[in-house]
Amino acid sequence: MKQEENILEVKDLRTSFFIEGEEVKAVDGVTFDVPKGQTLGIVGESGSGKSISALSILQLIGHPGKIVGGEINFKGENLLDFSEKQIRQIRGNKISMIFQEPMTSLNPTYTVGQQIREALKIHQGLGKQKGTDKAIELLELVGIPSPQKRVTQYPFELSGGMRQRVMIAMALACNPELLIADEPTTALDVTIQAQILELIKELQQEIGMSVIMITHDLGVVAETCDYVAVMYCGKVVEYADVRTLFKNPRHPYTVGLLNSLPRSDVDQEELIPIKGTVPPPHDMPEGCRFAPRCPFATDLCHNHLPELKDVGDGEQIRCWIYTDEWDGDPEVKVYEPERTSENK
Amino acid sequence: MSQKELLKINNLKQYFPIKGGVFGRTVNNVKAVDDVTFTIYEGETVSVVGESGCGKSTTGRAILRLDEPTAGEVEFDGTNVLGLNKKDMRKMRKDMQIIFQDPYASLNPRQTVRQTLVEAMDIQNVVPKKDRANRVSELMETVGLQPHQADRFPHEFSGGQRQRIGIARALSVDPKLIICDEAVSALDVSIQAQVLNLLKKFQDEMNLTYLFIAHDLGVVRHISDRIIVMYLGKIVEIGDKKSIFNNPQHPYTKALLSAIPVPDPDKKTERIFLQGDVPSPIDPPSGCRFHTRCPFATEKCVEETPELRDEDYMDGGHQAACHYIREIESGEHKPTRDTSKVRQV
Repeated sequence: MKQEENILEVKDLRTSFFIEGEEVKAVDGVTFDVPKGQTLGIVGESGSGKSISALSILQLIGHPGKIVGGEINFKGENLLDFSEKQIRQIRGNKISMIFQEPMTSLNPTYTVGQQIREALKIHQGLGKQKGTDKAIELLELVGIPSPQKRVTQYPFELSGGMRQRVMIAMALACNPELLIADEPTTALDVTIQAQILELIKELQQEIGMSVIMITHDLGVVAETCDYVAVMYCGKVVEYADVRTLFKNPRHPYTVGLLNSLPRSDVDQEELIPIKGTVPPPHDMPEGCRFAPRCPFATDLCHNHLPELKDVGDGEQIRCWIYTDEWDGDPEVKVYEPERTSENK
Repeated sequence: MSQKELLKINNLKQYFPIKGGVFGRTVNNVKAVDDVTFTIYEGETVSVVGESGCGKSTTGRAILRLDEPTAGEVEFDGTNVLGLNKKDMRKMRKDMQIIFQDPYASLNPRQTVRQTLVEAMDIQNVVPKKDRANRVSELMETVGLQPHQADRFPHEFSGGQRQRIGIARALSVDPKLIICDEAVSALDVSIQAQVLNLLKKFQDEMNLTYLFIAHDLGVVRHISDRIIVMYLGKIVEIGDKKSIFNNPQHPYTKALLSAIPVPDPDKKTERIFLQGDVPSPIDPPSGCRFHTRCPFATEKCVEETPELRDEDYMDGGHQAACHYIREIESGEHKPTRDTSKVRQV
């Protein structure tokens, strides 16, 4: 890791769901850092545990889920040691979150203004008038036209893109140091997505906050993130800076993801899918979680779980191929660049 | 590619009435599809793209008469589809199948996969009864599932597997045309690639024709031969894949393509930011429907509706509905107002 200050360090985080006496490990030993002022992308397919990791940071995990281990160090303090009251001081204040579905995450029975004022009242003690002024200011900041009018409107009176802007305004109300964005643009059309991503980027530069961007869209990652953690079955399998990840991906899963992605910017002869499907959470393979789908897997992979290891340049990989123990083909080439033909 | 016209759509309109008042009179219409004309040739894949509310799914449903179109003509293989009675329409659907977006909602949860597949064959009477068991096994294998899984219920399958069942159901009656309505949108990329490859394989083997409705332009670029871009119920641009992606002419198509995030951190694209949202299809803007968001709009765009047309420098079959195609291309017509900003990303 380069010598940078990390605003958040998550170490060996474990979150499980206890259903009918069985433990389902949704997040199974997740480790990542968020450098200050930068954007960390967490990517993975459905069920990889990316959203649960994010919810765990703010301890928004409800029954039957439980954080069963690990550390979440925010500016040197472990949030898991905090009481509920202390965590409330952090939530929506120092760390805030925006969700995928702007309609279901806004309260339909309160006006936009009332919802933004709530955080201001709790954390900054602003009264009604001051709160409303600040709310209007925030709506203007996130690019909502005629904010004086919008502040008195209800969520149903706004379009999807507008609602997401309101969510962002709420999240920014107390100048957070860390913003967690959980699939913030997945429900939006591309032209609106472009507006929202641009907005988050601009605000990040303005306020100097750090961002965790959770997404399944590798295009969004490439455009908005500085560092990326790729998750598979509750574990981080690769952590690298964004250029390294796209130019020289090393984990077979990351390579598989990039190979199966249909791209809008180049012509591709064919897509190379990852064979098989994600194993069900109650029936995880004993060794590497990806072994049953991995084209390079050996007995070692099927029987023993690899560690997330530093491989230099701040990159971390959870794969036997990059260890001394590797017992398969020593010349194995996981990634062959320039597979896609550029046109134009 | 053979040039036999398989599906001809002429001036298709689909209005959904809005009822209101004491007497439940129609007070207005949602003009979901408003005067759409295009042709699909046998063996090709035509994609319809656009943002939510542009009418792409409605077009697909109207062709199969899942919603009865308000006006227009649909001609399939020489037959006027809209003139058929219910019984003949049902027969017609043997050749025109659809795969839906949500693989869970579109399968009957109380039927096993076998029952679902046999039901389709039964209705269309395509395979002799005694051969149906074999046909089911064959279909399961074709879409990459185990024949013994045929006796399971939909909830026992994963999302990708369910979508394969949807495909198997569509294939079970040997159709000529399959309408894929966001058929891969709900799937994770690794699974999506499996299903896309499967669809391509079947097309080659069975000479299928696809009308592919999607919003993901990566998927569209991969699977299509030709592309139709829709905005607020109208076609704004049509052409083959290369023309649309390499040489888009309509300002909306340009903005749409520039908005897609590219999975390459080194690629610098010039992004056109459209301001505001898509207007309501209840009272769509006059003239060119894109004029409220278009950076190049003028008085003429507010008043006159542009027709699809081409310019001599455009490839054959490539058309766009804009008054200023040539002038924008040559740089003669500059952005008229600051409704969008262009910057290097």
